[in-house]
Formats: sequence, structure tokens, C-alpha cells
Amino acid sequence: MRLNVNGRMHEVDVEPDMPLLWVLRDELGITGPKYGCGISACGACTVHIDGEAVRSCQTLMSDVDGEVTTIEGLGTPDALHAVQAAWIKHQVAQCGYCQSGQIMQAADLLANNPDPTDADIDEAMSGNLCRCGTYLRIRSAVKTAAATLGNG
Amino acid sequence: MGKLKTIARRTFLIGSAAIAGGVAFGTYMVRKPHDNPLEEGLVGGTAAFNPWVMVDRDKVTLIAPHADKGQGVNSAQAALIAEELDIEFGQFEVGFGVPSAAYWNTAMADEGVPFMSTNESFSADTMRSVMGGVLKLMGMQGTGGSTTIPDSFDKLRRAGAVARETLKLAASKKTGIPVKKLKTANGAVQLPDGSELKYTQLATIAAEIDPVEDVVLRDPAQWRMIGRPMQRLDIVAKSTGTLEYGIDVAVEDMVHAAVKINPRQGGKLKGYDAKAAEMMRGVQKIVPITNGVAVIADNTWRAFQAAEAIDFDWDSAPYPAQQDNHWKEIANSFVDERLDAEWRNDGDVEATLTAGRALSAEYRAPYVAHQPLEPLNAVIKVNDDRVDLWTGHQLQRMAQQIVAAITGHEPERVHLHNQFIGGSFGHRLEFEYLKQAAEIANQMRGMPVKLTYSREEDFAHDFPRPIAMARGAGAVIDGRVAGIDLQIASPSVIGSQMGRAGISVPGADAQIAAGAWNNPYSLANYRMRAYRVPELAPVSSWRSVGASAAGFFFDSFLDELIHEAGADPMEERIRLMEHAVSRKVLEAVAEMSGWGGTLPSNKGRGVAFVESFGVPIAEVVEVVSTENGIRVDKVWVACDVGRIVDPVNFENLVQGGVIFGLGHAINCEIIYSDGMAEQTNFDSFEAMRLYQCPEIEVRGLENAGKIRGIGEPPVPPAAPALANAIFAVTGKRIREMPFNKYIDFV
Repeated sequence: MRLNVNGRMHEVDVEPDMPLLWVLRDELGITGPKYGCGISACGACTVHIDGEAVRSCQTLMSDVDGEVTTIEGLGTPDALHAVQAAWIKHQVAQCGYCQSGQIMQAADLLANNPDPTDADIDEAMSGNLCRCGTYLRIRSAVKTAAATLGNG
Repeated sequence: MGKLKTIARRTFLIGSAAIAGGVAFGTYMVRKPHDNPLEEGLVGGTAAFNPWVMVDRDKVTLIAPHADKGQGVNSAQAALIAEELDIEFGQFEVGFGVPSAAYWNTAMADEGVPFMSTNESFSADTMRSVMGGVLKLMGMQGTGGSTTIPDSFDKLRRAGAVARETLKLAASKKTGIPVKKLKTANGAVQLPDGSELKYTQLATIAAEIDPVEDVVLRDPAQWRMIGRPMQRLDIVAKSTGTLEYGIDVAVEDMVHAAVKINPRQGGKLKGYDAKAAEMMRGVQKIVPITNGVAVIADNTWRAFQAAEAIDFDWDSAPYPAQQDNHWKEIANSFVDERLDAEWRNDGDVEATLTAGRALSAEYRAPYVAHQPLEPLNAVIKVNDDRVDLWTGHQLQRMAQQIVAAITGHEPERVHLHNQFIGGSFGHRLEFEYLKQAAEIANQMRGMPVKLTYSREEDFAHDFPRPIAMARGAGAVIDGRVAGIDLQIASPSVIGSQMGRAGISVPGADAQIAAGAWNNPYSLANYRMRAYRVPELAPVSSWRSVGASAAGFFFDSFLDELIHEAGADPMEERIRLMEHAVSRKVLEAVAEMSGWGGTLPSNKGRGVAFVESFGVPIAEVVEVVSTENGIRVDKVWVACDVGRIVDPVNFENLVQGGVIFGLGHAINCEIIYSDGMAEQTNFDSFEAMRLYQCPEIEVRGLENAGKIRGIGEPPVPPAAPALANAIFAVTGKRIREMPFNKYIDFV
């Protein structure tokens, strides 16, 4: 099976029902997306397929029909995406384990809704669980990123 | 043996450093007991340095031995060294170090003594000193009890100062310029002519001289880092998916393991049928381990799938199968035979109860799971001559010893490579997953094995906070709280947790009623008795430990009495609080929240104060009663940790602690049914999500004399402050967590 991740094509030999998350992590060594629950309840595994946020733990390989972007493909330490830059500015992370997923979800939100209200943010981001409780900074960082992208 | 060890350590420090053209600095001399045969031969009865600062030709490396599970101590420890070393973030690397007795935790003793933190008497301080000595001799290296900053604050600054002064001496030797004419900044020694010698350029000379131990720590007025906002060293990596956690570690030729252990914790495996699993793609091996089996496969998911395909015959649990029977055992424990300690008996409670208007109430706190987002995991490779273990753990030396006991190696042959941890809340104090990883890898010597828990396995084997129950009786006289008689019954966390590590802890368990017995209120009549319930389900330390339940009990009951007295909840707490530092905390939160103003009838406020880990902390919660239920709108927090190292991280930890406390108080419990936890994933145990999250305003005071940690103290007051707020707006007193059993939340 062929899989395009972060602009690179990979050939993988896996079962059609293997979740994308494990193809990324164990077959391709792309570890930014995290395993948290395996049932779409925490959002730590969130990636984009053709720009849309999906839970990779519940996306079967056979259902992947577009280009996959992981947190590593969104931006890098040397070339940050606006959402990542906002996350750094607000120092959102504590343990940081959920933040790849939070950032991918926020990037999806802002791509579709450049100026989200608090209610929009709550709605879009409530599927992403943060056990450390960094929610207030997530809210602030989403707004900062929205402002950055709006001015860009 | 002792001699060999000493030589090896010295060789490592001086010999190997010299070979690499570098130097390792240490500052803490650890006195070794003369009667310990292992330590005979140590020069002059004292031993070796331990390194916190290493400099070689290429780089400066700072060692941060306290585990980082999200609380930011990797940065904070480095900052304490860097403050005195005159080196900036970006100019050094940080390592976790190796397990070593030299990293014994100097601050853990405070929580292990039966004295209140406010007690600065000779006997209390003596006891702390004795306890500290015991931990020192045990080489008790650990992260927990909010002790990282208290343990590190002086000794890491001193480590930095020793390194700085030694590097200056090295520069003096190199240039002939007297030390007092040399300055340091930006990772270099500055010469009078304006040129500089980088620390790395001085490494070889510094390695040849004795460290300068006679140093003076800088006056706080000179600090350039401590107390100012810092950018955490891990923040870029954690915002770009590039931080490597234990679960991301990959070792060449590694195989993947999943385990299924009897979900009735501690129950045996009677039999299993793995025929179907053995045929599944990628499955290499299925091996029995204690109370369960492990599946070895070429991929984590394949290992999970195969583990699910095994038929098991599990034995029953060694504790009551049904939750109701756990509660019955607790309820039956308020008897003399189970009295663990009468912590307080101030004044005459019996007489006060007779004289005043009496009130009584019963409270409950459920089992709650830790469930950090990174599931338990470890990579381990067992060879005949050494074991390599990559995992994130808070008790590195005990982990080393426990693994060594299974593989049959000497503990020092177990090389623990500590990792960044994706949350803990007490979970990474446990050893069961390491025992399992060691059992698996020991059956596959030479092969690196990565064990990853599925979320369901993690829930099934999480040792939760114990259930607890309180019975309060109190009296009000003349509009004031006159006396409290509080009894709390709970299994012992310390007994259960240390028991699993093979350690028996004598004496009463101060955690059963932590937050209640040691609160600093000046109640004239206060009796506080703790009852130890024999272990039911195995339990563990959950962020803030005893105070998360006992603080809820005490403060809620105090609030009931204040309302019964017709007094104002804030004013009466302040009246009862003679301890000056704590009183200022209450006054601060009153001022921040504008306490005393009028609120619309659909809003209510509650205040709570709980001291834990030596930190007095007060929270005011404001709720709104809506058609869809209670909405938590705003929280104000004031606390006093003596000194704030990084205000940005401090605020984040306080807010996170409040959210942790509120989220679990509203939404979470673990219920045992047929001996198993009913809750198996985040769909049934999710604490707080963004949509429920209130605004949280934080103020840190610095009046206390001792520096304290802030990881845990924000948790305990959150639940009672919320319950008190709900009472204020609805008139409904909720005496059991989780609150969503009794009232709807938005």
C-alpha cells in the first residue's frame, strides 16, 4: 500500500485494518502523533488527511485516501506553523503528550474558521483531552494563532 | 566491594572526564555509615562527589536528576544551576543523569514526619532532620510529594557556584590573572581586558584541580533568572512533535510486547488458550508472566490485537468483588481496633458538642485513577552482563533494584535511561509494568523488547486513590464555629504502595487524614482521628495523595458549620486562622475575588483552604446555575510557596492542578464490579474537557520561610470550594465525589 506522509511517498506492507496511527508510529517511525486511547476519546493521535483533522487511531489504512500531514509536517522548530508559534509563545505544554493532537486540531479549526469565538474553540477542541489541564493556555494560543494568521 | 565502587566512581568522575578533556563537578558530600560493609574503604569515611555539572571541550551538560513528567523541573533544575554558573538557556545541554544514591532527596523527610509544617519547634525540626538522615543513608532518590524545588533550590545553586568558582580558578591558572579580577557571564570567564575564555576551553585545566568548595550563594537581588519568566527548555520540542518520550524510544531490532494481566488486581491466571493469537500476523511469541501473559509481535497494534484474541481463565480478586462491599468495610472501620492515630485532641470537643448547637454529616471520596495520557511503557534489553532500560520513572534506584531482582544482575548493572514522561500524577511511582517488562525480556535475552500498555490495560491496572469516608460532628456557639470532631477512615496508601515495593513502613500513615489533621486553623476544640482500613483494592498515591479526599472532608464540614453558625464563609475562616502566612493567603483570595459583594441569585461562590506539602492554598470558585446545570465560571487561587522560581510555569501548574481537582471531583470515579474496574477508557473517565474549563486567576505569595513545590497543592481545595459554591447557589450540600451523581453540570 502507498501512503503519502508529509509530502513523502511510502510503501507499506500492512493489513488494511491497521489504524493509520500504528502505521505512522511503528512502520514509518513518525512518532509525533501519540497513542492515548485507541477509541477516538482523547485526540492525541490527531493528524490531517488532505487538511482535515482525523483521529488516526480510528482511521484504517484502507480508508486513507489522501495526503497525510502529521505534526512534523505542519511545521518544524526552524519553520514553525503559526499555531505552533502560538503554543510556544503561551508555553502551553506541561507534559506535552496531548499537544501534537491539540495543535493539529487547532490548525484544522483555524483553516476553516479564521476568527473563532470562545464557543467555537470549546466545540472544536473539546475532543482533545489534556490530563495536565492546560486548557486556558490552549484557548489563548488558538486566539493568538488566529490573529497571526489573520494578519498574514 | 566498597572500595571497587569508590574507585569506579572516582574513575568515572576524574579519569574518564580527563580522557574526554573535561571535568565533572559535584558539591554534595554524602556521609556514609561506617557500619555499612558495602561502604568500607571510602576515603576518610566520606565519599565521592556526584555530578550536576559536566564540562568538556565541546559542551556544558547540566544534570537534572528529578524526573520530568510535565511539571517542568527539567528546566527548573537547570535554571537553578545556571543562575550561579552564569550560563544561559541555549548554551548547555540537560541530562537526566543515572540512578545514584548521591541524588538522595533532601526534602522528602518533611512529609514523612508527624508534625505540622507550621510546627517549627525543636522536636519537629529534630525529627525532620532524623528522617532526612534516614533517607540520605538509604540514598532515596525520588521525585514526588512536590519536593523537586525544595530539594534542589539550595544544592543545585551551590553546584553551579562551585563549578563557576572552579572554572575561574582554572582561568586564573591559565592566564596568571588573580581570581578576584575574573568575572563570569554567558558560559565564559571574562578577563579584565574584555576578552573571554569559554568554559569549554577551560575544561582540561579544571579537570586537574580540586573543586573550589568554599562558595557563597548570591543574594536574591542579584538573580537574573530565578523569579523571572523563563521559556521552558522543552517547549519547542513539545510544540513540534519532536520531543522523544519513553513510548517513542526505538532500539535497533526491537520487538513489541503487549500484556494481559488478570484485571482483578493481584488475582492469578488459571489458564489460557492462545491458539488463535499464535496464528495472527506478526506474532512471534506468547509467554507467561506473573498473573498473565505477554504477546511479542513486530508491531504494537499487532501485539494488542493478538492479546485480545487470547481466551483467559482468570481467578477471583483478593478483595471484595463488588464496590458496595468496599464501602461496607470502610463504614465498619470507625472502631478503636482500627484507630491509626488520634492526630489532634485540642480543647474539649465532647463538652463543646454538648454545649453548642450540634451538626453531623458523612462524606465520601471514591477511587480515582491516575491515567496520564502516555500509557505505561518501557524498552528493555537483558544481556548476560548488563540490562538496559529506557523508561520514565520517578524512583530510579528502586526501579533499578526491582528489575535487577528479576533478571539476577547486580543493581548497578541495570542501566536506567530515564525519559521524559507524558504525565504521571503518581502513576510512574509504580513498578508493576517494569516487573512485567523485565520478566518478558529476561525470557528473550539479547532481544530489545518494548512493552506498551493498551489504554484498557492501563485502566485495569491503575492503582487508584483509595476510597475514604469521613464522619464529622461539630458545634456552633454564638454565631461561631466552636468545635469539630472529625473521623476519617481509609486504607493506607503508603502501606499498599510501599508493600508492593517490598518495604514495610511502621507507624501511623499521615496521609489517611492529610489536609485534615494538619490544617493550620486555630480551632480551640478540635479532635481528629484517623482509622486504617485493611487493604481492599490495591491503592496508590494520586496527585496530592490524602489531602485530595481529607481536605474535601474537612473543609466541606467546616463550611457546613459556618453556614449553621450564620457566619460569612470567608470571614469565619480568616477569624479562625491565626497562622500568619495562611491568613494572608485567605485575605489575598478574598481581595482577588472581591468577596463580599452581591451576586445575582443564579450565581454562587465557595471558598476552601487546604494545606498540603507545606503549601497553604485557598481557592474561590464561582458557579452559575443554568437550565442545563451548574457551570463553573471562575476560580481565584492564592497560595504561598515561599519563593517562585518561574512565574510562567508556576501559573500553568496551579491552573492545571485546579482543573485536575475540579475535573475529577465533578466527573470521575473508579467502581469495582466482579473485581474489575468498570471504567476502561477515557469515554467513561475523562475528568475535565475544555468546554467545562473556568477562567482561573492565580496569585503566588512569598511570605513563607521555606521554599515549597506547587505540583500537588492546588488540587485539594478545588473540590470543597466547588461543593461550597454549589451549596451557596442551590442550597444543596454535596457530600460525595463525583458531584455529577447528585447534580447536573453544563
